[in-house]
Amino acid sequence: MTSTLSQASDEASSEASGDHGQEEHGDYRMFGLATFLIADAMTFAGFFAAYLTFKAVNPLPAGAIFELELPLPILNTVLLLVSSATFHKAGQAIRQGDHGRCRRWLLISAGLGIAFLVSQMVEYFTLPFGLTDNLYASTFYAATGFHGLHVTLGALMILIVWWQARPEGGRITAEDHFPLEAAELYWHFVDGIWVVLFVILYLL
Amino acid sequence: MTVATPPEIQSAIPRLQPSGWIRYFSFSVDHKVIGLQYLVCGFAFYLVGGALAGAIRTELASPVSDFMARDVYNQVLTLHGTVMIFLWIVPVVNGAFGNYLIPFYVGARDMAFPRLNAVAFWLIPPAGLMLITSYFLTGAAQSGWTAYPPLSITTPATGQVIWILSVLLLGGSSIFGGINFIATILKLRRPGLKLMQLPMYCWAMLGTSILVVLSTPVLAGTLVLLSFDIVAHTGFFNPGLGGNVVVYQHLFWFYSHPAVYIMVLPAFGLVSEILPVHARKPLFGYVTMVYSIMAIVGLGLIVWAHHMFTSGTPPWMRLFFTIATAFIAVPTGIKFFNWLATIWGGRITLNSAMLFSCGFIVNFVLGGITGVALAQVPFDIHVHDTYFVVAHFHYIVFGGSVFVVFASVYHWYPKFTGRMLHEGLGRLHCALTFIGFNLCFGPQHWLGLNGMPRRVAEYDPQFTLINQISSVGALLMAISTLPFLWNVVQSAISGPLAGDNPWNALTPEWLTSSPPPVENWVGEAPLVEEPYGYGVPIDQLDLAAASGRDLWSIGK
Repeated sequence: MTSTLSQASDEASSEASGDHGQEEHGDYRMFGLATFLIADAMTFAGFFAAYLTFKAVNPLPAGAIFELELPLPILNTVLLLVSSATFHKAGQAIRQGDHGRCRRWLLISAGLGIAFLVSQMVEYFTLPFGLTDNLYASTFYAATGFHGLHVTLGALMILIVWWQARPEGGRITAEDHFPLEAAELYWHFVDGIWVVLFVILYLL
Repeated sequence: MTVATPPEIQSAIPRLQPSGWIRYFSFSVDHKVIGLQYLVCGFAFYLVGGALAGAIRTELASPVSDFMARDVYNQVLTLHGTVMIFLWIVPVVNGAFGNYLIPFYVGARDMAFPRLNAVAFWLIPPAGLMLITSYFLTGAAQSGWTAYPPLSITTPATGQVIWILSVLLLGGSSIFGGINFIATILKLRRPGLKLMQLPMYCWAMLGTSILVVLSTPVLAGTLVLLSFDIVAHTGFFNPGLGGNVVVYQHLFWFYSHPAVYIMVLPAFGLVSEILPVHARKPLFGYVTMVYSIMAIVGLGLIVWAHHMFTSGTPPWMRLFFTIATAFIAVPTGIKFFNWLATIWGGRITLNSAMLFSCGFIVNFVLGGITGVALAQVPFDIHVHDTYFVVAHFHYIVFGGSVFVVFASVYHWYPKFTGRMLHEGLGRLHCALTFIGFNLCFGPQHWLGLNGMPRRVAEYDPQFTLINQISSVGALLMAISTLPFLWNVVQSAISGPLAGDNPWNALTPEWLTSSPPPVENWVGEAPLVEEPYGYGVPIDQLDLAAASGRDLWSIGK
């Protein structure tokens, strides 16, 4: 079987490759990423559905503590929303070919993301409950932790994009900047998830 | 055949893709290589899962647990379910035939993301080996393929955690594959090819991939929470710590009911390709088929709680999920009658592919009818967790999906290898499988109706005779694999040459050489506007000019 297969394919591959135009087709990487983000959103949807069901049908036992303060999470929300705006500015800058301005906005975005993570850590260490204390606490840490993992990956992506956007020898240019666009879509997605998470975990 | 010699490297860039047989063991990005990798890998796991099924039926041949210990039985049935679902049916009906056929059907030279495609495949062998190895290291998981807590929390932890890890890997593989299929079908179509001209398997794979992308991540998140319960002693699903086991069931079935459609919708698509070719008639009701698939996708996402009628489900929920489940019978019935109408009055060739397809139709309607019965709450409560459910499920996934996998192998083997399978051995395989399957699973309806619980190594002695009949059926199924294995190996070496298009089929994969060249077509991809334009002699067909409807009327 294999010899038959390989013979046919080798004959074909040894022919002129000019009319085998795989390179003709468009760039569907953003489409693929968007599809992946829909899948990712469904993971969060599962966590949120679990949390809301727990809230509806599993009252906390007497003495269990699940209290959340609002100031830090509000600050976190602002940090992420501003970082989305700054990332957008970075995208605008690269389209105009201004690498320097783009990289400044990228650094600011990454800084805001890291500030979010630090602030989240501060919140974790000041909360009066731990991961295994009760059902709500576990779900809170699972959902915010999974989101924090996303922010961590996003911040790393921004730094990689920052490195790729260097004016000399970087792969990101005014015309070709897929990594930046992909990281930007991902970052907006992570911020959007945070807003939903903030409403469900902190406000409801 | 002579052993192929690799072509000389003409450019300065080294060839990254190996050629020859070694590419089937490599990180190849060719969709046809990946499709066959899925197929052969899946079949290897099918043999493992079949051996486990044999062990189960051997144990159940007598009412006491004499063949293996009870906890070993639990491990074996857990491995059997997981291997068959996640390593055989899902990868083969989606990954194998999807990767091989979809680029042909959309007129592309490869999938939209070839490297992601290879990653998706290569997640499967390590996940499967890890799962099976856990049996020999510490004992495999014991809580069934559903891994319901608190059972999955209280049984030995190591096997369960390995089970979770491997299912997470397989879920990731499935999601990557789904993204790839959606992008390929929607974005990579040849210019001029409209969605409503695609072969039906494309629609089935589009619907399946939507289900994969929407539901698999929920299972992944749920299993992560379950692993926290096991490893970090959180209490998400542990009633002892204030958790809620029913939430696990909801989240699990939000994936695992669609998973049934992930296993069977691609089979619907494949059989819709095979029937028109061997009945020499157009696929009946193309448009209703498309809408039925999409209706099944939509309804399939909102029926999950019919698995949970005995889990303290409130009455309004029972009402909703019963009605929604009954609705699924409508699009499924439309498809069933469309298949019947497709072969009705056709010039049917009863070869192995067609026989397996007809076996599928018979088995599937039986499984479908018991499915409608199970959706009714009073009946479901009576037979919940009995062998009736086992019988129903196997009529869908074995009588349905696996029969179609075999039909598809007989149908596309000439395309894969350029050689024909032996027809007599194929018919023997089909007859043994059909008799063995019905002998094995038919009597289990009776067992379930009379109250024999599933997933237990021991049973009331009154059920002995029926269980032994069932075990004989299982033995026949095991024997039926032998002519198939001999056939595929022997025919690959010395089967008669098939030519490019032995079935005179019109779908695009047949309009190239067998096996096809690396980028599918030498020159431009053909534009197939009417993939089912049968009904006139093949030499009178003008693929480029005639519209399908003209061809159909000529045929009459």
